[in-house]
Amino acid sequence: MAPYDLVALFGTTGSYFVYVTIGFAFGFILESSGFGDSRLLAAQFYFRELQVLKVMFTAIVVAMILIFWSTALGLLDYDEIWVNPTYLWPGVVGGLIMGAGFILGGYCPGTSLVSVATLKLDGVFFFLGHVTGIIIFGETVGFISSFWNSGYLGFLTLPELLHVETGVVVFLVTCMALLMFAGFDWLRSKIYGKKK
Amino acid sequence: MNALAEKAKYWNPYVGGALLGILLFLSFFVTSHGLGASGGVNRIAVAVEDLVIPEHVDKTPYIAQMAGGDRDPLAHWIVWEVAGILLGGFVSGLLRGRVKVQTYHGPQITPHTRWAFAFAGGVLMGYGARMARGCTSGQALSGGAVMSVGSWAFMFAVFAGGYVLAWFVRRLWQEA
Repeated sequence: MAPYDLVALFGTTGSYFVYVTIGFAFGFILESSGFGDSRLLAAQFYFRELQVLKVMFTAIVVAMILIFWSTALGLLDYDEIWVNPTYLWPGVVGGLIMGAGFILGGYCPGTSLVSVATLKLDGVFFFLGHVTGIIIFGETVGFISSFWNSGYLGFLTLPELLHVETGVVVFLVTCMALLMFAGFDWLRSKIYGKKK
Repeated sequence: MNALAEKAKYWNPYVGGALLGILLFLSFFVTSHGLGASGGVNRIAVAVEDLVIPEHVDKTPYIAQMAGGDRDPLAHWIVWEVAGILLGGFVSGLLRGRVKVQTYHGPQITPHTRWAFAFAGGVLMGYGARMARGCTSGQALSGGAVMSVGSWAFMFAVFAGGYVLAWFVRRLWQEA
C-alpha cells in the first residue's frame, strides 16, 4: 500500500531520480501557469490577476480530494503521510513576514526558482535575497528559540480541531475555494470593470 | 478575464491548478510527503557554507543538524526536487520562448529599483520561510492539502501580510 519506501525500492540514487522528476513537473507547471512572472504574482494582491489564488486553491482542493478518496478506498495509508506539525505563532508571524516579502519581492521561494531558470534578473536578485534571509535565520534562531517553538499543537489536522469527519472538511474547503473564486472574480470586475 | 495572463498565453489557472493538484497528490502517494522549495535552497546554501567555513557550521546548531561533522546537506530529497524545479521551469520557458535575460517590473519603477526591492523581499521571504518551517510550497500547498491546522493558519497569514502591505507599496506594481 502507498506511500512507498523509495530508497528500499530504487536505492538512494534511484530515489533522487524520482525527486528530480517530481521537481521537473512542478517547475514546468509553475512556469506554464505564469509563476515565473513577478508582475502576474504581485497583481494578485491588487485583485488584478487571480492566477495565484486560482492555481493554488484548485491544486489544494484537487490533491485533498484525491488523498481523501485514495485513503477511503484503502489505497493509501494516511498515517504514513507527512502532515506538517503546527507551531502556531512562528507559523503566523513567519507567514506575515513572508506576505510582506511576497509583495515587496514579487516572488515566493518556489516561483523565484522558475524565474531564475528563465533568466529573469528580478528573480535572480530575489533568489540572492532569499539565500541571505535563510542564512540570517540560521545564525540568529538561537536568540528566538523559545518563540520559534511556541504554539506547538503537534500534528493537528482541521478535522481533529473541529471534531468533524474528514469528508466534512473536504466538502467545506471545496465550497470555500469555489466561493473565493467567485468572490474574487466579482471584486475584480468591480475594481477594474467588466472588460474581459 | 485576466489580462496579463491571457496576453502572455499562460495556462488557464484551473488547468494549471488541477495538474498541480494531481502532481501534489502523486508526490504524497509515492513518497509520503508533498512538494517543497525553500528547504532545498536552504540545504544548498548550507552546503556552500560547509565548504567555506566548516568549523562555524559545526558550532551553529540550526545548520549543524544539516551539515555538521560528516553530514551531507545535499543528501536529502528536497535538494533534488529543487534541481528538478529549475530544469522543468527552464524547459517550459524554452518551449514558449520565455527564456531570455530581462527584468519584470511595474510601469512606474526602473529595473534597478526593482532589483533592490526583489533582494529585500527575498531576505524577508527567506527569513520568514525558515521561521514558519516551510514556504508557499512546503507549508501552504502541501500542508493545506493534508489539512494541517498550522499550514492553514500560515496560508492566511501570508495572504494577510501581502494584502495589507500591497496598498502602501502600490507604486511598485500598479499603473500611475
